Amino acid sequence: MEKVGVYDELDNLKATELRLGLPGTEETVSCGKSNKRALPNNTEKEIESTGKTETASPPKAQIVGWPPVRSYRKNNIQTKKNESEGQGNYVKVSMDGAPYLRKIDLTMYKQYPELMKSLENMFKFSVGEYFEREGYKGSDFVPTYEDKDGDWMLVGDVPWEMFVSSCKRLRIMKGSEVKGLGCGV
Amino acid sequence: MNYFPDEVIEHVFDFVVSHKDRNSISLVCKSWYKIERCSRKEVFIGNCYAINPERLIGRFPCLKSLTLKGKPHFADFNLVPHEWGGFVLPWIEALARSRVGLEELRLKRMVVTDESLELLSRSFANFKSLVLVSCEGFTTDGLASIAANCRQLRELDLQENEIDDHRGQWLNCFPDSCTTLTSLNFACLKGETNVAALERLVARSPNLKSLKLNRAVPLDALARLMSCAPQLVDLGVGSYENEPDPESFAKLMTAIEKCISLRSLSGFLEVAPLCLPAFYPICQNLISLNLSYAAEIQGNHLIKLIQLCKRLQRLWILDSIGDKGLVVVADTCKELQELRVFPSDVHGEEDNNAAVTEVGLVAISAGCPKLHSILYFCKQMTNAALIAVAKNCPNFIRFRLCILEPHKPDHITSQSLDEGFGAIVQACKGLRRLSVSGLLTDQVFLYIGMYAEQLEMLSIAFAGDTDKGMLYVLNGCKKMRKLEIRDSPFGNAALLADVGRYETMRSLWMSSCEVTLGGCKRLAQNSPRLNVEIINENENNRMEQNEEDEREKVDKLYLYRTVVGTRKDAPPYVRIL
Repeated sequence: MEKVGVYDELDNLKATELRLGLPGTEETVSCGKSNKRALPNNTEKEIESTGKTETASPPKAQIVGWPPVRSYRKNNIQTKKNESEGQGNYVKVSMDGAPYLRKIDLTMYKQYPELMKSLENMFKFSVGEYFEREGYKGSDFVPTYEDKDGDWMLVGDVPWEMFVSSCKRLRIMKGSEVKGLGCGV
Repeated sequence: MNYFPDEVIEHVFDFVVSHKDRNSISLVCKSWYKIERCSRKEVFIGNCYAINPERLIGRFPCLKSLTLKGKPHFADFNLVPHEWGGFVLPWIEALARSRVGLEELRLKRMVVTDESLELLSRSFANFKSLVLVSCEGFTTDGLASIAANCRQLRELDLQENEIDDHRGQWLNCFPDSCTTLTSLNFACLKGETNVAALERLVARSPNLKSLKLNRAVPLDALARLMSCAPQLVDLGVGSYENEPDPESFAKLMTAIEKCISLRSLSGFLEVAPLCLPAFYPICQNLISLNLSYAAEIQGNHLIKLIQLCKRLQRLWILDSIGDKGLVVVADTCKELQELRVFPSDVHGEEDNNAAVTEVGLVAISAGCPKLHSILYFCKQMTNAALIAVAKNCPNFIRFRLCILEPHKPDHITSQSLDEGFGAIVQACKGLRRLSVSGLLTDQVFLYIGMYAEQLEMLSIAFAGDTDKGMLYVLNGCKKMRKLEIRDSPFGNAALLADVGRYETMRSLWMSSCEVTLGGCKRLAQNSPRLNVEIINENENNRMEQNEEDEREKVDKLYLYRTVVGTRKDAPPYVRIL
């Protein structure tokens, strides 16, 4: 959006002016009670009186109940951000032949066996036993995951933490496709 | 003085539907009062503490539909502590005891428990419709009771409630014999949904017109649901997976194409923009579109969608649409009546250059001649823009502008926005609701008092200089019903100038203003028909009686007219004077 350059400068000049008072207040405002009022010392926080500066300003302390957006709405827009910041790492899980996908929170598990058990319960199947060389034996189902590079990997090869940080989604493969991952079925 | 028998008068009254009109009728004479009260079916109570259930039932024994509102509006923004009040249980208990034939209950900002829902479901054989908006206190177990026991249920509409989701099988609780559903909205449920049960329910509900799904209902389920409900008029899409395979996408398209009655679309909580084209065929029929939770639909995807919605009357959107997007809306949606633009970034963390400014607002006002309601969150505004908007759209009934930064002046002239808002109230003679923001002096309130003759609700935040501001409003706006003020320098002089005025209003809210305990006490002394509540949650401020300082400023004041005196269910930190 094109902005008028001259007014930008003026705005920024005023913004970097150091003065007491809440951002946006002007000396030319008619006198009488100033906008500075002692906020009671309770849950409300004062806005920091730093104006906008050209370098990154410290995050503004939040005023209770402002902006006036329903908490329900605030919480539901937030969820997206939380997920990507790793507060709960939800990944999608698909299983070949299942009508719909599921989602699980990887941070809920501490190691592979826990994860496997949970998946087995969710989709009502079993994975067989994991072997370092041969992969999963004893079952038609093989758990795989897509990593950050977009490659499909066998679940269990890398240390758990590495797996959690690189796993984008899970797929439980079945049947003939499984052979390609060297599972020796 | 009746020239007709009572039955005839009653029949005539049946045609009078609005609450205001029926209230007026009942004031004509004793006989009309009697006939009206016995025939009244729908009652609206704007403040659940203004009256009690016993008196309600006493006056309207034949009531079938009850609407109740509980907490004050600012409770939406966390300004009212939990447990403040607004409990629905006593109402349901009283209605059940009196064997009122309740068929419909609509609640807003009330505390609803599973116990109340269970009681509700068992007490009224003809119960048909439950609408809960911004309520809290219940779980899916309560919903299960409603589903299981309300044999005549037609409408279950849950809007933006805080519901504890026990991930139970509440959808399974609808008996197989339940085929009467016309409206089902559970978009606010956070947990998993038994999709199979949902599909069976929809399949056996041929009259289902409105269906709003929650996050847990994925794309292919959506396609199946729409296939068995092509008669849908109102749809809330749940989750919308990424990377749909061509087959799923094709199924969805086929299903959507058959929904030729679809007029209203919402949801899209998690969206793959690539799926949106599936909805293109029905866009031309849409009159209402709510994308205000669809954070991922942006830029060109959004614009392409909107360009097809030529009949749109109502649009709720996020500010990520940008001024550019609003220009598209202005060019396309010539029938637009209501617009809401919500902030996508509520904490001011991002420097969002794509957000909307005064430019978008002016464009909309110029392009949409039928616009009468607007809610607009933006980062900046100018008087010139507001003056232009006033000139373009003199028909506003609701005008709510929220400039995100408190006290922000006109960003070009650095003046206050008094003149801009002044222009709005002067031009819009039918204005009933107004929210002001930005840098404002007493002057804007002078304008409001002078011109806003029809104003019923006014929201003020971080505005004004002296008591005069509030006085201008109280003296001028004769039709004021709800006045809510926060963080503004209005004090006792304004509060006490005309105490009788408050009985003509529903309520007054003042928080972080200059009113003192002494002022509130004086107000309460002279007003037996007002409840004056002081809300003070801070432990430190709870003074003992003998240490009370009347000069102490009151944190939150909420006063409202009532005919039933002090309420008995207030928590300890609410003091009723």
